[in-house]
Amino acid sequence: MSKAPLLRVSGLEKSFGGVRAVRQVSFEVGRGEIVGLIGPNGAGKTTLVNLITGVVRPDGGRILFDGADVTTQRPFQAARRGLARTFQIVQPFPQMTVLENVAAGALFAGKATSRREAERVAAEQIAFVGLQPFADAPAVSLTLPNRKRLEFAKSLAMGPRLLMLDEVNAGLNSAELDNALDLIRRIAARGITIILIEHLMKVVLGLSTRIMVLHHGELIRAGAPRDVIADPRVVEAYLGQKFAKRYGRLADA
Amino acid sequence: MRTRYVLLAVGVAVLVLLPAYGGNYLVRFGTFLCMYAALALGWNVIGGVTGYPSFATAAFFGAGAYAGALLQVAHTPMPLAWAGAVVFVAAASAVVGIMILRLRGHYFAVGSIALVEVARLVASSWSDLTGGGMGLNVPILPGGPEYAGMVFLYSMFAVAAAAFAAGLWIEHGKLGFALRCIQQNEDAADMVGVNTTACKIAAFVLSAVFAGATGAVYASWTAYLDPSDAFSILLTLKVPVMAMLGGAGTVLGPIVGVVVFQAMEELLWSNFLEMHHAILGLMIVGLIFFLPGGLLSLGAHRRRAPARATSREVPAE
Ligand SMILES: Nc1ncnc2c1ncn2[C@@H]1O[C@H](COP(=O)(O)OP(=O)(O)OP(=O)(O)O)[C@@H](O)[C@H]1O
Ligand SMILES: [Mg+2]
Repeated sequence: MSKAPLLRVSGLEKSFGGVRAVRQVSFEVGRGEIVGLIGPNGAGKTTLVNLITGVVRPDGGRILFDGADVTTQRPFQAARRGLARTFQIVQPFPQMTVLENVAAGALFAGKATSRREAERVAAEQIAFVGLQPFADAPAVSLTLPNRKRLEFAKSLAMGPRLLMLDEVNAGLNSAELDNALDLIRRIAARGITIILIEHLMKVVLGLSTRIMVLHHGELIRAGAPRDVIADPRVVEAYLGQKFAKRYGRLADA
Repeated sequence: MRTRYVLLAVGVAVLVLLPAYGGNYLVRFGTFLCMYAALALGWNVIGGVTGYPSFATAAFFGAGAYAGALLQVAHTPMPLAWAGAVVFVAAASAVVGIMILRLRGHYFAVGSIALVEVARLVASSWSDLTGGGMGLNVPILPGGPEYAGMVFLYSMFAVAAAAFAAGLWIEHGKLGFALRCIQQNEDAADMVGVNTTACKIAAFVLSAVFAGATGAVYASWTAYLDPSDAFSILLTLKVPVMAMLGGAGTVLGPIVGVVVFQAMEELLWSNFLEMHHAILGLMIVGLIFFLPGGLLSLGAHRRRAPARATSREVPAE
């Protein structure tokens, strides 16, 4: 079983009214990979994460996680199985403290069996993402970069095996971005498999072991970073000529 | 915090010793206090902690009242009839909960108030069983009014105490944490592994069970039931107002709210019963606009404010 890919998606399909947000998407993610998922706005990236975490039900296709069919799971079941995600629009428990927010992840999805134990796990993860000074502050009082860190800490406390990061770096300045990159690397070093949704190519190319490209709901390309960004279809659909040239060098480095 | 519990203990002692020094009037007043405390504490589980604005209190109060009364009419001993009523209400609320807890916000509120109307309609149309609008006579507890007064005071007190214990257990336990997560952000709660459906149903059933138990004791106490008394819109509005007055979502809040509300009612407007709805309406508006945290939050603000200020002073990196 452990030889099988961690995640296997086949023929996934989802429409909203007339919009086919995800069309016949199939791919695999192996253990320990960092897979970059890119594509223009509205390509279906968030929908794909929503499908994998049970937030929306697919119209067709199958999702296997660690060999088990999880196609019709609910979000809380996904969380307990080790499928964690962060939200493009952060989703804290606003009036709870940072510690309580993170402890919730440890208690309900992670291994903690008591509130005390959950708070211990939470304190570790809060330290890991660098939020200690705010542990007792209500989540609403955090700045945007710190809210993103809170999302990280919360999903880490869940003890995930697959972590899906949906534009966690959007809206960060370059110093904050370096911190976030470092954080993602340290998470990967723990052996957590990552799917990274990201518009900043610098981040995608700096972290990904493999890249997948969604366009109009279709997976138009998947492969090694340098091959993907050299693909004319990807250049046309997403990157544009200028970027292709600029980032070609980055990928080679 | 400690002074609050000392005050509570004193209040309980005054209440429990009522039959020793108070007359029938005071014993009756004390029984009502316990009844509303049990209802408000029960409501608080779904309405306060979970944040689902339920107006179904009277539906389960009435269901418990009729179930207990009918069992007693069928010669079931009173305590067994009460237990049967609780089991019935637990089952009924689980079924109803599965249906209406899919709704959120205003929709849930409207759905829950509709339950009261539907239940009253059933009770008044099914006259073969319930006596319909003619009402239902419940066997009177033998032993004289003073003895009966004492029995029902202590019975209501026991229900209220159980509701208080449940409230404490919820506040400190895993279920309560899950319910608070749901109250804060239901989708996010789902995402961190909270089985939101199961938790909401548990909260709804818990809250209904205390209303049902209260109703069953009430039916035996008054020895007479009719649909508009058992499924009263006034009751269904009054209970959340009481909990909000003291502080919804806290364990002591509903108790404070009940005591203050009942005292005001007794002293200020018991002579103008027809103004009840208007007063309730004004209180709801007043609470929402001026005192959303309830009376208890007045004390809490002073303590919490500095803590919040310091957390903001820590510079953001
Ligand atoms: N719940 C929904 N109801 C209706 N339409 C939806 C819903 N979710 C997504 N869509 C539509 O599906 C398409 C894909 O949206 P999605 O959010 O998955 O794109 P995305 O790749 O994440 O875009 P972005 O980069 O802007 O985040 C869009 O056309 C969007 O409007
Ligand atoms: Mg998106």
